[in-house]
Amino acid sequence: MTTAERTEAEHDTGRGAGLTPLTPLTPLAVPATRAEGCPFDPAPGVERARREEPVTRATLWDGSTCWLVTRHQDVREVLGDPRFSADATRPGFPFLTAGGRELATVKPTFIRQDDPEHARLRRMLTAEFMVKKVEAMRPEVQRLADGLLDRMTAGRDSADLVAEFALPLPSLVICLLLGVPYDDHKFFQERSGLLLSLRSTAEEVRTAQEDLRRYLTRLAESKRRDPDDGIISRLVARGELDDEEVSSMGRLLLIAGHETTANMTALSTLALLRNPDQLKRLRADPSLVKGAVEELLRYLTIIHNGLPRVATEDVTIGGRTIRAGEGVLCTLNSANRDDGVFPGGDALDVGRDARRHIAFGFGVHQCLGQPLARVELQIAVETLLRRLPGLRLAIPFEDVRFRHDMGIYGVHALPVAW
Amino acid sequence: MRVHIDQEKCCGAGSCVLSAPEVFDQREEDGIVVLLDAEPPAGLHDAVHEAVAICPAAAISVEQADRAGRV
Repeated sequence: MTTAERTEAEHDTGRGAGLTPLTPLTPLAVPATRAEGCPFDPAPGVERARREEPVTRATLWDGSTCWLVTRHQDVREVLGDPRFSADATRPGFPFLTAGGRELATVKPTFIRQDDPEHARLRRMLTAEFMVKKVEAMRPEVQRLADGLLDRMTAGRDSADLVAEFALPLPSLVICLLLGVPYDDHKFFQERSGLLLSLRSTAEEVRTAQEDLRRYLTRLAESKRRDPDDGIISRLVARGELDDEEVSSMGRLLLIAGHETTANMTALSTLALLRNPDQLKRLRADPSLVKGAVEELLRYLTIIHNGLPRVATEDVTIGGRTIRAGEGVLCTLNSANRDDGVFPGGDALDVGRDARRHIAFGFGVHQCLGQPLARVELQIAVETLLRRLPGLRLAIPFEDVRFRHDMGIYGVHALPVAW
Repeated sequence: MRVHIDQEKCCGAGSCVLSAPEVFDQREEDGIVVLLDAEPPAGLHDAVHEAVAICPAAAISVEQADRAGRV
């Protein structure tokens, strides 16, 4: 039995919390298991914590403990407060997996650093993802989306939407932006999957990480000799980073650019198919697409196990004192269902003003690529609905394999017909 | 309403530009927030409040006008 399976088995007691009162509430085991039949909803234990004890103790896979912060306002406070560190080398930092702990031993990227170093490195990339620049990419993203759908639908009436559309679209876009050859996509998608799987062993993570490091370092070297107009070339040309540093930044962007949008696209499609009234509204009024994408981001919140931080001083959050050196997990999915901010938040409502969602995180680490993710998702959803008016699930909903085992939630495959 | 920005705090996420493009822009060279209109008309106040609420780095603040309309 793998660690993840063992953890799941131990967490089975959390199921059906809505029917049977369970006491005591704490400590909650995380990652917590979602309830059978409710794959779009956060785990019942986490939902219950938000209602009854919003800042609560949790037990991690390795037996260590941390705080779980579950409400919208409290999560924003933690992620916006520099007294909570993102530095995984600090004692007390909460790891969700053995692989995560393994990754903390290699030189970190800015996602696991604090200011001022974080800001210095992040600012080398902010211009690449600014709204105007990304908006200018719409025609190119649209062309890629149409090309993928042309191929997917040619002479066929069914396909796996993940393999043929949801994954290749953001993959093609991030490869183009970075200057990474898309032909290598199998190589880095497999490694990226291992890095993000909750089931990977420390050894698998170490090997995948080393493969990617070597691949991107070689790529950085080649861009130094033969530059193009991609981000990797521009980072090399700045002269502030060595090839190894360019490599780790490239790795971060490559992984982040793949898995997030791919899973949001597939899961959004499935959520709309499961909510036919919302799908009908969206088809009837395509001007709702921008707002619908924000609502889907809120409702689905694919970073499903929470963002880790560690307190560097004693801080009071939601009436609880978190001591210096104690770990905190901010559950974004639970915060995005907070009724106080999103009334009736457990329902998908494509007409809702969901802009205050924190699906991209919050604070100075908030997703750098969010303007790109928005453009990709808006185009993906609009194009799919417009071009495939008969889109439907090709297997029973019960047979869809959800990514309970991955740090980024979604579906492993989505067989659809049209 | 008077709008203030803190370019030191800004992390370039760009959410303000999406909320109120008439008031906020991003610097070409590094994506850091630029203020286009420090005293936006009333019709844009809701959008600016939204930008303040969703700014992940708390880099935007507003001063409200008093009853006489002074800020």
